Amino acid sequence: MELFWYVVVISMLTIYMLLDGYDFGAGIVHLFFAKKEEDKKAITKAIGPFWDANEVWLIAGGGVLFFAFPVLYASSFSGFYLPLIMILWLLMFRGIGLELRGLIKHSMWYAIWDKAFGIASLLLALFFGIAVGNIVRGVNMGHVVNGVSTYEPHYFVLPLWNPTLNPLAESLGVIDWFTLLIGLIGVVALTIHGANWIIYKTNSTINEQLKRIVFRLTIVLTVLALVSLSSWFLVIPHLFENYFAHPIFWIFPLISLTGLIGLFRIKTFKKDGTGFVFSSLFLAGGLASTALSIFPNFLPSTNTINPSLSIYNAAAAHYGLSVGLIWFPIGVVFIALYFILQYRIFKGKMDDGDYGEH
Amino acid sequence: MEDMIFYDRMQFAFTITFHYLFPQLTMGLSLIIVYFKGKYLLKHDQKYNDAAKFWMKIFALNFMMGVVTGIPMEFQFGTNWAKFSELTGGIIGQTLAMEGTFSFFLESSFLGLFLFGEKLIGQKLHFLTGLLVFIGSWASGWFIIATNAWMQHPVGYEILENGKFVLTNFGALFSNPWLVPAYLHNQSASLVTASFVVAAIGAFYLLNKNHLEQGRIFIKTGIAFGLVSSLLVAFPTGDWSAKNVVKFQPITFAAMEGIFDTEKGGSEIILVGQPDMELLKLDNKIAVPNVLSFLTYQNFTTEIKGLKEFDVSKWPKNIPGLYYSYHIMVGLGTILIGLMALAAFFLWRNYLEKSKWILWAIMFASPFPYIANLAGWYTAEMGRQPWLVYNLLATDHGASPNVSAGNTLFTLLGFVGMYVLLGLLFLLLLGRIVYKGPETTKK
Repeated sequence: MELFWYVVVISMLTIYMLLDGYDFGAGIVHLFFAKKEEDKKAITKAIGPFWDANEVWLIAGGGVLFFAFPVLYASSFSGFYLPLIMILWLLMFRGIGLELRGLIKHSMWYAIWDKAFGIASLLLALFFGIAVGNIVRGVNMGHVVNGVSTYEPHYFVLPLWNPTLNPLAESLGVIDWFTLLIGLIGVVALTIHGANWIIYKTNSTINEQLKRIVFRLTIVLTVLALVSLSSWFLVIPHLFENYFAHPIFWIFPLISLTGLIGLFRIKTFKKDGTGFVFSSLFLAGGLASTALSIFPNFLPSTNTINPSLSIYNAAAAHYGLSVGLIWFPIGVVFIALYFILQYRIFKGKMDDGDYGEH
Repeated sequence: MEDMIFYDRMQFAFTITFHYLFPQLTMGLSLIIVYFKGKYLLKHDQKYNDAAKFWMKIFALNFMMGVVTGIPMEFQFGTNWAKFSELTGGIIGQTLAMEGTFSFFLESSFLGLFLFGEKLIGQKLHFLTGLLVFIGSWASGWFIIATNAWMQHPVGYEILENGKFVLTNFGALFSNPWLVPAYLHNQSASLVTASFVVAAIGAFYLLNKNHLEQGRIFIKTGIAFGLVSSLLVAFPTGDWSAKNVVKFQPITFAAMEGIFDTEKGGSEIILVGQPDMELLKLDNKIAVPNVLSFLTYQNFTTEIKGLKEFDVSKWPKNIPGLYYSYHIMVGLGTILIGLMALAAFFLWRNYLEKSKWILWAIMFASPFPYIANLAGWYTAEMGRQPWLVYNLLATDHGASPNVSAGNTLFTLLGFVGMYVLLGLLFLLLLGRIVYKGPETTKK
């Protein structure tokens, strides 16, 4: 039962990263590479009808997390208090930027919201990467100081950074060199992902340039991934234990690797959507591999006094979870239906149609 | 610790108050837009489609504000109220996760199509997307009120030794006697807000002598919806909700009505007065004898327990605040019914456009339903204090144990700053839409 909801939560959050990930990436491309007004317009059109529905995956994923693993929800949301509220502010700013931009036709108004949208996208990609880093690195569960828990065993609190930026220090911070590294991977990977989406969904003049950028960024991404893998061993020595215990898990790193290799061939693809498929494989495989490396834990404890939060000790009671088995699948059928409908109606290049005109 | 609880409560109160300025309009307005759109399809009269289009612009702006300010609400359960989330997540997590699964996906998938897809999908499908957005937003309200109903009147649960609430009966969450009256009360109140806004903008155009054709549609529709909904708010939905309070939270009822003493032979209804919490009486009281007993029990002489009958430690924390919220809600609600009844009468006698004063009155009354809606929620929420889950989990025990007051104050200030900016932007953009007015399609 817990296992089922674990798969649901991880899948929903992965889908969220795949979908809103291309929004963030599009924002970053918009910030750095889109110079002409028509390209900017093409980019916002490419995500226009989707971003709001994409963000719902975060809200709904959070809701299911709350429902199935309330202890984890309570512990992690309060423990990562400041960074989460900041993510929230960024999400809000980004949403406002996208929606308000078109309401007043004035170049200064455009300039303000373009920057808000781009910078918020960039920071969000960075923050979500840092979040992944924090989850694998673990936290000081129970806030142990000198061998004594100062909080209840399943609560913790993290400052934004610790002065040494050392992921192995006793007093951890949200930002250290390890989480920052994962954050960078997040930015690069999502930029690639967003660029692929723009290539897929628009006729913009920067598409050819974007292909070259994707190629170069894939090289950067590969280097970063190798560096992070080796430092990963330093921070979490038992990285592969789960994989040797359950060889089936290897499928996810392989999916990720396939995605990465595919991205190198970006310039040769005949169809505009192929690059997007590969960056999706890379991201989904990578996120699943990361989650499985700490399975069955959700949030590891860095001390030996208090246990990690796992899918078993953080779950809600059985009756509630089993009731969810009845209503949730019904919901999923509807969600799948809307999803197919939405992407069928908005198929093809977004800057072709006259969608968006009142 | 006390500071922390205070900042946590202020942050929630502030963010939810600001948030609820928007859904209360969009829930009601979605119904009115569906009505315009439906009328257009039936009568093939272009002016109703133009009306729908104009209100969709205002809807879009409000809906966006509602979405953006709604995200912090879910986050805060975990960030600021971790202990509450941990202990009751197995129960309120159900209704909140259902809201995400059943209404957010529905709304967000069809909103874009509804707002921008008219040319793409044709008129009939366009009407359907509007209908789906309406259903999604009302479903969202249903799950939120189901969550709140459980906090007001917990059902279908069991408390474990470690203090955790465990769900034992899923059906009870939705057959909670608190839920249906509260939901209908809230939804009709939301319709009052939307009706007044529609009528007020209609009145604005009529007084300004521009967009006359659309102005007339707005004012007629606003008055029709407004009369029905403002009556529904009072009776039966308000009446039912008040009876639930008497039954399940008698102390709250005494506090909100301002009844300190139990009166033999029936209680009076307080119209005006200021609670004096030191002498435990009302100053400058204007009251009508026996009416409260009649309204509550349909009998002029039934006794209603006054506050003094209950243990002081169980009293709501902020009795004057609760009392004023309730009386503001009821007072404004009564004014709104009166105004709509009068306007409807004038409309029926074909006298409305000549009586400028009533157009002015409708225009200036448009903030009142917002205040009444919020005052109603303040009544429900302050009435529940000092509990998060009525009689079972104290508010003081629900906050995050690991977040310091300094952090909470920081985020509270951040939210204040951000929402001031959002509010100004909203007013600027709303003003532009209203000033520009509805566009009319040539026949």
